[in-house]
Amino acid sequence: MTVQHTVRSYDSELEEVTNRVLAMGGIVEDQIRNAMQALVDGNRTLAQNVIDSDQRVDAHEREVEELVTRIVALRQPMAEDLRRIMTALKSASNLERMGDLAANVSKRILIIEDTARMPQREALRRLGAAVYNMTTDVMNAFRDGDADLAERVWRQDENIDEMYSSVYLAILADMIADPKLIASGTQVHFMAKNIERIGDHATNIAEMVTYMILGQLPDRDRPKADSVIGVDGETVENGN
Amino acid sequence: MVESADTRDAPRVKMRTRRLKLWYGDKQALAGIDLDVPEHRVTALIGPSGCGKTTFLKCLNRMTDTIDGVTTEGSVTLDDVDVRDRSVDVVQLRARVGMVFQKPNPFPKTVYDNIAYGPRIHGLAANRRELDDIVESSLRRAGLWEEVSGRLGDLATGMSGGQQQRLCIARSIAVAPEVILMDEPCSALDPISTARIEELIDDLRTKYTIVIVTHNLQQAARVSQMTAFFHLGRLIEVNSTAELFQSPAESMTEDYITGRFG
Repeated sequence: MTVQHTVRSYDSELEEVTNRVLAMGGIVEDQIRNAMQALVDGNRTLAQNVIDSDQRVDAHEREVEELVTRIVALRQPMAEDLRRIMTALKSASNLERMGDLAANVSKRILIIEDTARMPQREALRRLGAAVYNMTTDVMNAFRDGDADLAERVWRQDENIDEMYSSVYLAILADMIADPKLIASGTQVHFMAKNIERIGDHATNIAEMVTYMILGQLPDRDRPKADSVIGVDGETVENGN
Repeated sequence: MVESADTRDAPRVKMRTRRLKLWYGDKQALAGIDLDVPEHRVTALIGPSGCGKTTFLKCLNRMTDTIDGVTTEGSVTLDDVDVRDRSVDVVQLRARVGMVFQKPNPFPKTVYDNIAYGPRIHGLAANRRELDDIVESSLRRAGLWEEVSGRLGDLATGMSGGQQQRLCIARSIAVAPEVILMDEPCSALDPISTARIEELIDDLRTKYTIVIVTHNLQQAARVSQMTAFFHLGRLIEVNSTAELFQSPAESMTEDYITGRFG
């Protein structure tokens, strides 16, 4: 948006939508980072903060929806403007899901009595760190109109899927070796799946940001390594 | 992103201009326009005032002939025959390529006579019954029959603006045209009359090829399948309407349709 609109107030409305999505992204980034920190430190207050932040995320999402609806009704946006607000709307809905998933990870941290003794904590932290980086990258790509960065985030999804599959197998191995770990191992597995889902949503946003900047979605199928893995370690290709 | 049906099974080209240039005296208004008008599609011409879109429209049925000091170059073909050729009868041409103007311009005669005028001149009806049929079918196609069937003998100038414009469309349909040119047909109409005309345009394209000039971008987006953007006498971009309004190829188009011009 280098050249201003003839109607200046339109510029400020578009800017407000963008800023609102960026603010939302900032809260969700904090949620992911804090959830991982709470996991590592066993910090229950921090975990509770992540859960509480969800209300703010939801409020931002509603605000984005209202702003976008208003702009569509009153401004009839076209071309770049249209792509920007569609991207904002879809990004907001993906960010809202990401916030939910981070909150769900935190709820499970509260359930586990001793996070220091849970299986695969370090692997989970690495997965969380990778997804956190994806999230900050995709929000920066949205802010800066950086199609290359969006593309890199989009490609990253495959690594996340692979990391998740490894974590899953490792948890499974731990639980088989020591049935006392089944309770916490099951929670850890849900956490891993939730974190992997956050990565999926970041990838969705990366697709929309690509569309916003270039006017088209990434022209290949999304790279996927998310096969369904059986107990025996055999993989079954995932249909989507 | 949108690979429309329009581009997949490409329709026949009904009208085609090549290197079409036009001067008003020594002022050039069209700087070499290459545009294909697809058959049974609505092609919208958009662009700021003075960009040449109405001038271009008028070239398609040689309405520019009557303007003093106009010179043209290049070709305008209708079914591959150059309409600028001396052998082309301009009256016949305008029957095949009809025009609807910005302001409804019914003759100060009855509703019936407004429609019957063209068929009479062109000898399209052998008798009164045939003429009645043409009047009725034209009014039906223009979505006006239900409203005026009982008052065909009333003066057309007493109708509402929206009705008058639909009457003018019925009048152009009455001579069985192949192409209908519309120059801002809704600019003098209220939103409801505008919606009726837009609905009519969508119906008409199954039988006719339509080229419409409009300042209203949303109208272009609503009614057309192809959109051409003109600026300072040049054709900047032509594309499927869905593509042009979502992801225009040219930054000048982008600036214009998003309201960033000038």
